[in-house]
Amino acid sequence: MASSEEDGTVEEKENNNKKRTKSSLATAWLTFYNIAMTAGWLVLAMTMMRFYIQKGTHKGLYRSIARTLKFFQTFALVEVGHCAIGIVRTSVIVTGVQVCSRIFMVWFITNSIRQIQNEESVILFLVVWTVTEITRYSYYTFNLLNHLPYFIKWARYNFFIILYPLGVIGELLTIYAALPFVRRSGMYSLRLPNKYNVSFDYYYCLIIVMLSYIPLFPQLYFHMLRQRRRVLHGEVIVEKDD
Amino acid sequence: MKHYEVEILDAKTKDKLCFLDKVEPNATIGEIKSMFHKSHPQWYPARQSIRLDPKGKSLKDEDVLQHLPVGTTATFYFRDLGAQISWVTVFLTEYTGPLVIYLMFYFRVPFIYAPKYDFTTSKHWVVHLACMCHSFHYCKRLLETLFVHRFSHGTMPLRNIFKNCTYYWGFAAWMAYYINHPLYTPPIYGEQQIRLALIIFLFCQIGNFSIHIALRNLRPPGSKTRKIPYPTKNPFTWIFLLVSCPNYTYELGSWLGFTLMTQCLPVAFFTLVGFIQMTVWAKGKHRSYLKEFRDYPPLRSPILPFIL
Repeated sequence: MASSEEDGTVEEKENNNKKRTKSSLATAWLTFYNIAMTAGWLVLAMTMMRFYIQKGTHKGLYRSIARTLKFFQTFALVEVGHCAIGIVRTSVIVTGVQVCSRIFMVWFITNSIRQIQNEESVILFLVVWTVTEITRYSYYTFNLLNHLPYFIKWARYNFFIILYPLGVIGELLTIYAALPFVRRSGMYSLRLPNKYNVSFDYYYCLIIVMLSYIPLFPQLYFHMLRQRRRVLHGEVIVEKDD
Repeated sequence: MKHYEVEILDAKTKDKLCFLDKVEPNATIGEIKSMFHKSHPQWYPARQSIRLDPKGKSLKDEDVLQHLPVGTTATFYFRDLGAQISWVTVFLTEYTGPLVIYLMFYFRVPFIYAPKYDFTTSKHWVVHLACMCHSFHYCKRLLETLFVHRFSHGTMPLRNIFKNCTYYWGFAAWMAYYINHPLYTPPIYGEQQIRLALIIFLFCQIGNFSIHIALRNLRPPGSKTRKIPYPTKNPFTWIFLLVSCPNYTYELGSWLGFTLMTQCLPVAFFTLVGFIQMTVWAKGKHRSYLKEFRDYPPLRSPILPFIL
């Protein structure tokens, strides 16, 4: 009897140890990840500022940071994985939608439609994204290190109030500017007849994407507002029952 | 005969909503729901969820008061399930849509294709065959809804009808647009491909119907009992040896046949989405069979023999 009791507690201790090593591994990885991403976006910010100060114009700025942007924004896909395996307590869907919309802008709009790369709206959303990401990743980093300065917390939960709408305006204006070039070139589109008996018009797809901002943006914005109330003012928000 | 007293509280706010005295011990939950409905006419019985515990499972309409673990003053908790709509209504609406919509594309009703094609017919005979198969499939579904299926739940939440109709009607329009398009390309392997596809399609339609009949015969009229389905004399039901939900297996087969017949990517996509949904349902049904019946045949898989 006594020995089986001992076995029980030994197993329990082993399981607790396993959990502890897993969570310390997760914490180590997340800390590294967030430091790396903060650094990456800082580099982007400084490159952008240096370009503008030296050249005095925004023309050619996108080209100069394109590779760095593509690398760090694409790498953010792992954040969906973090939510999926549970080491970050956020909804997979919310993270997924946010990362996908960024990937879409970078790879399917600015990367592939050269003619709009010098638009002002591109600079607008690039600046917004840069400020947002530096704030966000440094917030996560400090949180993981258990030394969160209040001004970072304040920034993370207040900047978005202005930045989110500005970013959306930048993105929408960019897609809108891209439309005539998409139509003329017929890129990413498939016409009939073909053996799959399907067609796809990237031009109309973009219009649908633009329209989808109407239901999606308020949901993400109010989600952030609810988070803000909870974190900054300690309010308990009861989510609507389904 | 000792009478019971029944009080009904709101599951969330714990407010006392209703007090019934002199309730018969052999009264059913269904009868209690009717009595509750009288004092709160906006909550018809179908949208009432009555439970013993605020976070517990709903009690069934057939449960008898004196057989429940309650004292002579019984306390129940009520949750509003929201506006309800009958399953029959939902099925009829969601299946009539595809039938009508597909035919509108088949007959090339104006404003779909270029005006010079209005009311013309396709020169490919497979397009006519596809229309017959698609229409047959949905007519079969409508007739089964009216005459074959025995539903265990009377109603479902109202919002489901919008969700379901968007799915069925949307996909029907998307498929029908390409199959009946003037620039439609018939299958690469021609007659051989179409013939094989038709055989698969018809085989699975008969199979699916046989399963529906077998399931109906398991349940006497007006009852909601659940029994393990077994193979019958009909060879199409022998698949019960290997699969829990062969109706879904045959349904997948039908749509694979239709995909092969039309060689149309939207149809393949519809088949894939349907397969994913049916697999989720089959796994759920399989799990509840295993939970309810100790002697459930171990060889069976939810939807695909040995695989899934």
